Amino acid sequence: MRVGVFICHCGNNIAGTVDVKKVAEETRKLPGVVYATDYMYTCSEPGQDEIKEAIKKESLDRVVVASCSPRMHELTFRRTIEKGGLNRYFLEMANIREHISWVGEDKELNTNKAIEAVRMAVAKVMRNKPLYSTSFKVNKRVLVIGGGVAGMQAALDCADGNLEVLLVEKSPSVGGMMARLDKTFPTIDCSICILGPKMVDVAQHEKIKLYAYSEIEEIKGYVGNYQIKIRKKATYVDWSKCTGCGECMEKCPTKDAYDHFNFGVAPTRAINIPFPQAIPKKAKIDPKYCRQFLKGKCGVCAKICSTGAINYEMQDEIVTEEIGAIIVASGYGLIDMDRLPEYGGGRYPDVITGIQYERLLNASGPTSGHILRPSDKTEPKTVVFVSCAGSRDKSIGIPYCSNFCCMYIAKQAILTKDHIPDSESYVFYIDIRSPGKGYDEFTRRAQEDYGAKYIRGRVSNIYPKGKKMVVRGADTLLGTQVEIEADLVVLATAVTAAPGAAELAEKLHISYDTFGFYMESHPKLRPVETNTSGVFLAGAAQGPKDIPASVGQGSAAASKVLALFSKDTLESDPAIAQVNTNACVGCLKCVETCPFGAIKEKELRNGRVVAEVIETVCAGCGICTSTCPCGAIQLQHFTDNQLLAEVNTLCQS
Amino acid sequence: MSVIAAKELRIIGFLCNWCSYGGADTAGVSRFKQPTDLRIIRVPCSGRVDPLFVVKALLNGADGVLVSGCHPRDCHYSDGNFYARRRLEMLKRLLPFIGIDERRFHYTWISASEGARWQQVITDFTKQIHKLGPLSTKTEVMVES
Repeated sequence: MRVGVFICHCGNNIAGTVDVKKVAEETRKLPGVVYATDYMYTCSEPGQDEIKEAIKKESLDRVVVASCSPRMHELTFRRTIEKGGLNRYFLEMANIREHISWVGEDKELNTNKAIEAVRMAVAKVMRNKPLYSTSFKVNKRVLVIGGGVAGMQAALDCADGNLEVLLVEKSPSVGGMMARLDKTFPTIDCSICILGPKMVDVAQHEKIKLYAYSEIEEIKGYVGNYQIKIRKKATYVDWSKCTGCGECMEKCPTKDAYDHFNFGVAPTRAINIPFPQAIPKKAKIDPKYCRQFLKGKCGVCAKICSTGAINYEMQDEIVTEEIGAIIVASGYGLIDMDRLPEYGGGRYPDVITGIQYERLLNASGPTSGHILRPSDKTEPKTVVFVSCAGSRDKSIGIPYCSNFCCMYIAKQAILTKDHIPDSESYVFYIDIRSPGKGYDEFTRRAQEDYGAKYIRGRVSNIYPKGKKMVVRGADTLLGTQVEIEADLVVLATAVTAAPGAAELAEKLHISYDTFGFYMESHPKLRPVETNTSGVFLAGAAQGPKDIPASVGQGSAAASKVLALFSKDTLESDPAIAQVNTNACVGCLKCVETCPFGAIKEKELRNGRVVAEVIETVCAGCGICTSTCPCGAIQLQHFTDNQLLAEVNTLCQS
Repeated sequence: MSVIAAKELRIIGFLCNWCSYGGADTAGVSRFKQPTDLRIIRVPCSGRVDPLFVVKALLNGADGVLVSGCHPRDCHYSDGNFYARRRLEMLKRLLPFIGIDERRFHYTWISASEGARWQQVITDFTKQIHKLGPLSTKTEVMVES
């Protein structure tokens, strides 16, 4: 066996704290190693060329690259050795950067650790076998989860690329958060005027199948071939008959139902259409408030509906679909005000959130676009905006910036002046974060042209005084305490992961961070991919994001899916389980433990029963391998022999 | 090349590719300093870890073994970490019977984003192994029996 070892300096990243020359020198002494060298940047073109040349010159048949994490560059180097004429599975990587040079402080210990990492990799690579991919057919349908602006953009781009799209939205209408906004920064153009046409396109596109008021129940399968179950939640209105006339909503006697679309700014009816531009424009009953459900009698909507669409007996329906890729655009949530007790915790009607204020500003909102205080329906003359209400606050577990609040507060201050010219706006801020195109100019306009008074400091307390709300805070530029008597206080509440984000991630088998935002494959270079192949991210599900960024990610995710589907077949990962039928005793424990149903029983000609792996279904976890009592089923590339070789290398040294 | 005497002990970690190996990578990217004792073996899933790997490592010269996978319900392969949990919990109870202090073996769940948690876990575990000292299977077996 002729192993070649390539040790990367990674500039100073590795060579700074690991003696790479010594690693190479020690490596040369290992049995089986015929060539070892170090190089400034092994992943660069000349670095890769060196590997290819060495394979030819030294007749290498195995390659070890000691550099960064295999999660970063394993594929790169697999391609390299393949171009050099070797099977791509004759590569092993020793992670001497993330796990060694970046975390250890002692150069001697680091060097020793790096040498051992290389020894382990050499021991393993000598037991590697050539593996060959097989190709399988791809189902070119894509599932988009979430019908906000990111999800709609992704769905439209995929559909325009001639893919069949399923768009699943959990609320009764697409549009997401953007549909609730009044105007958008920094252009002050009307949000629904630019979003509405997109919503209509989604509804009318012949390639898009919209599942509104539906949620993902189950996801099975793998890239190219998923089987999913969608729960169509009961609306108690037959949408095939509902014309969206709104008659039922007008006549409904329950007038105090919580309005999810308006974030509770004003009540709605128990049967309602969320907003005038809703897509689909269909009514839905909220059984938590409907008298028919609570008291068993009412039936007003059923009587009034001219098409007979009301059906109180409706049940959730489970629909099965087959797809090949998934774009997750499930959006974000906002913290509840009760997590901010110093700001009233939601007890004061005139302390509202930014999104509630959007609804008060919006012409299709509950006040028809007139700014009225929730408590007494009068026009506020003094409005105080509190940025970072929860954001950048470690004490409540949200250390991050919510990204877009600085901008929407500036916008809301401008709009307040537009609506009520004799009003005054105050903005409490920690920093003004306005790094987008035209953003900083916009926040300056709010101050210079619209007279919004910006106070640098945090608000410590908000309490009522007569009809007013007193906002007490610090002005850190003047070094004084300030108290402002406000008619209305708007809190820029912190952005959180969407409710249910963790449960959805578990169904998708993707990772999420401590805060529930989904993890991208690489924070800079693979921002819309996940580590689960076939699953892509778009919008604020990955982290707080404004509209342009969300739209950009929607298109980016769509382009990834279009690229994935540009071929009719995909290459399977050959690192899957394999049964040695001679050793298999037919206990079939592996069949029971396989999470994917990838193992079935097979009868041999002599009547003996053994296990058989279904190649296209096996995901390569290796649970069967550690289940098998006789070592008959082995996960390729991670066999018992290979892993024990690594263990033994460490133990014997 | 062996463990540098008096400075390090032999600790082996089996890390699942999707969560914990990524978590250790995240710790590296964030430059979270750690003790250098640990040697990491990458496995696709914590469910791939045969308890016998742990036993063989401990009997053949390792002073401590750590297994780390995805958080329960968050496994890349649906249920792998549940299988791991059952097997490894059983192993933990079995170790004293073969004369090994069960504190030499630890299993935990760390996600790919939890770099700081990884730093904490590996620092604590390394400290614990140093407290227990080098494992001499012969003497430990005698003490236990």
